[in-house]
Amino acid sequence: MSVYVETATAAKECGACPSTSCNTAHLTRLGIKMDDWDYVVALAGNPNTGKSTLFNAWTGLRQHVGNWNGKTVTRAEGALRYNDRKFKLVDLPGTYSLLSMSVHEEVARDFVLFGRPDVTVVVVDANRLERGLHLVLQTLEITDRVVVCLNLIDEARRNNLKIDERALARDLGVPVVPTAVRHGEGLPELLRVVDEMAQGRYPTRPHRLNYRDAALEAAVAQLAGQLEGMFPGLPNARWVALRLLENDESIIRAVREGTLGDLQRPDAFPELMQLEAR
Amino acid sequence: MAANVEQLLETAARLRRETGDDLHGRITEAIYTDAGEIADRAVSRDETTPGGIHLDQFFDRVLTSRLWGFPLMVLMLMVVFWLTIAGANVPSAMLAQLLQGTVYDALHNAAQAVGAPWWLSGFLIDGVYLATAWVISVMLPPMAIFFPLFTLLEDLGYLPRVAFNLDRLFKRSGAHGKQSLTMMMGYGCNAAGVVSTRIIDSPRERLIAIITNNFSICNGRWPTLILIGTIFIGATAPPMLASFIAASSVVAVAILGIIFTLLVSAFLSRTWLKGEASSFSLELPPYRPPRIWQTIYTSIIDRTLIVLKRAVIMAAPAGAVVWLISNVYVGGDSVANHLIQWLDPVGLALGLNGVILLAYVVAIPANEIVVPTILMLTLNAAKSSLAQTGVMIELEDDAQIYQVLTQMGGWTFLTGMNLMLFSLLHNPCSTTIMTIWQETRSVKWTTVASLLPIGIGVVVCLLTATVARLLF
Repeated sequence: MSVYVETATAAKECGACPSTSCNTAHLTRLGIKMDDWDYVVALAGNPNTGKSTLFNAWTGLRQHVGNWNGKTVTRAEGALRYNDRKFKLVDLPGTYSLLSMSVHEEVARDFVLFGRPDVTVVVVDANRLERGLHLVLQTLEITDRVVVCLNLIDEARRNNLKIDERALARDLGVPVVPTAVRHGEGLPELLRVVDEMAQGRYPTRPHRLNYRDAALEAAVAQLAGQLEGMFPGLPNARWVALRLLENDESIIRAVREGTLGDLQRPDAFPELMQLEAR
Repeated sequence: MAANVEQLLETAARLRRETGDDLHGRITEAIYTDAGEIADRAVSRDETTPGGIHLDQFFDRVLTSRLWGFPLMVLMLMVVFWLTIAGANVPSAMLAQLLQGTVYDALHNAAQAVGAPWWLSGFLIDGVYLATAWVISVMLPPMAIFFPLFTLLEDLGYLPRVAFNLDRLFKRSGAHGKQSLTMMMGYGCNAAGVVSTRIIDSPRERLIAIITNNFSICNGRWPTLILIGTIFIGATAPPMLASFIAASSVVAVAILGIIFTLLVSAFLSRTWLKGEASSFSLELPPYRPPRIWQTIYTSIIDRTLIVLKRAVIMAAPAGAVVWLISNVYVGGDSVANHLIQWLDPVGLALGLNGVILLAYVVAIPANEIVVPTILMLTLNAAKSSLAQTGVMIELEDDAQIYQVLTQMGGWTFLTGMNLMLFSLLHNPCSTTIMTIWQETRSVKWTTVASLLPIGIGVVVCLLTATVARLLF
């Protein structure tokens, strides 16, 4: 077990300051020790935005980080403890969308959907915000427990980009934390927000996609209503309705087999088990 | 419930017909429109000071230009290898003096003092210890310089530019553009390179990438090339140019590897693995200022020491095997000498020799131990022919390695050159072969991936040896 080395000094120096910025003092990196956990946190994001760097910073693991696209092929898992709560961290492969057009996208989508993480952190490159938002918006359709990590903010500053993260958070309806993970900037704040959201203490009002098409909106609303009637508590009825409209075979099967009702049990999904075996 | 479900699915089917087609396109459009609006509201550009973006674009234009891309790549590699070769000389010699001189003598003295039998001290000191010591002194200094430099190139974002330059060549050879990325991974370790081919979706193109990954020189082979390039190629040049010529020879072998990757890819995609190249757009990551100290630290800890550990773990039993076959006598000669004599005709025809071929058999588990094995076999063979027992020649610097190989092993310039070629073109190590099998689950393709490179190696070495014999 590797313990965050700065714990002692950080606690001493920061004894006087208010709770927000120094909470790293309560972080213990647990590497791959994941016997049990209180919360599951998924890391999603476009390729090469710093997901693995964040993963390593939090778990103390040294997953290879390269200045590459598509380096993480399968998902990596690690753990950390923060304020006496244990988090399992899952580093998903980098994707541009969750429309399951490739193995990467399928792994990422199935985990967010079926693995039901307590929090999904979507890492976004501040220099390529719009592209990152494509993924954020799709993730928000599946789960409303999303934290946006606006990473590489240092590079954005160098490129003279100014990002109004409060406007962004307002538009998305979920918290946005600017970070420079490589330099440790914003990490304590991000962890605090993730922790609060995991405990359900952070209300979100996720942005819903506007299809600008009355017939489509009506169809989605009708199907979503029926789905909610059949599977009470389904968090993403609109998204499932859309997949049904798209004739998505794996979702149709899930509905037919009744497994859509207990999405929190990943072993109910043979496809996911195959994915693990891959 | 079941009735409900079918009713729901029927409703979905009806609505699907009513909402019309290209739903996927409309959803994508909604995502793009919303993302665009949100981003526009959040991002503003400060135009008062000129940004770094223009510099990035300038670098990209130069580094990936058709005219300058490849010359700059060669130049960059030259600088890296020149620094490695010039920088590794002194520490290598110091380590060798310490490990093969001082410590080796001390161990033998200690063994004598406690009255250890000759076979035990021979097995442990001349076998296990010496092989390990050689691996460390030959490999550690170049690795400790080369890996951080190479990792810096990766962190800077230069390697993806190389991949970008190669991308069009891969497409032309009927392979996937992403193969240029898996090739780059192979420069660290072929087993890792083979695993990374998972990023290629098409099975045909993935197989091509797996089979050709062995042409990327891996961690275990760089030190062999650097050492042989230094003492056989570099040493032929005047001292001022020696490091430069040695670096050129290593770069030449690396480029030859790229050429073979392309040729074999083109051959496979026109014969057994016929098909069109998938379209794919490679993205250039931004240049990132590397965190130099962290890179040096992690590449020494993660790469150098891990490779060294693997080499030491492999070297110890290999040293034991080499000592045993050199000291077990059958019919008046050692087992090693029987094997060497048996392999010599083939080896000499290839411009190599029996020792090298035997070393490559011993080194199937790890390429790292080829050079130490060659040295031990050569010394032992010479020793037994001179009927000298218990006396070791101390190899304290590269010049002495050169003397042993030329005088006792009968090596020539051709032997050195062909060893470098053979180091590029031979079977993958056993770890890589296992990985290939795990990834393909096909005995046929694993066999092809294992035997094709060595087949090419035999042909190439035979050609150079024959040409050399005709000319000189």
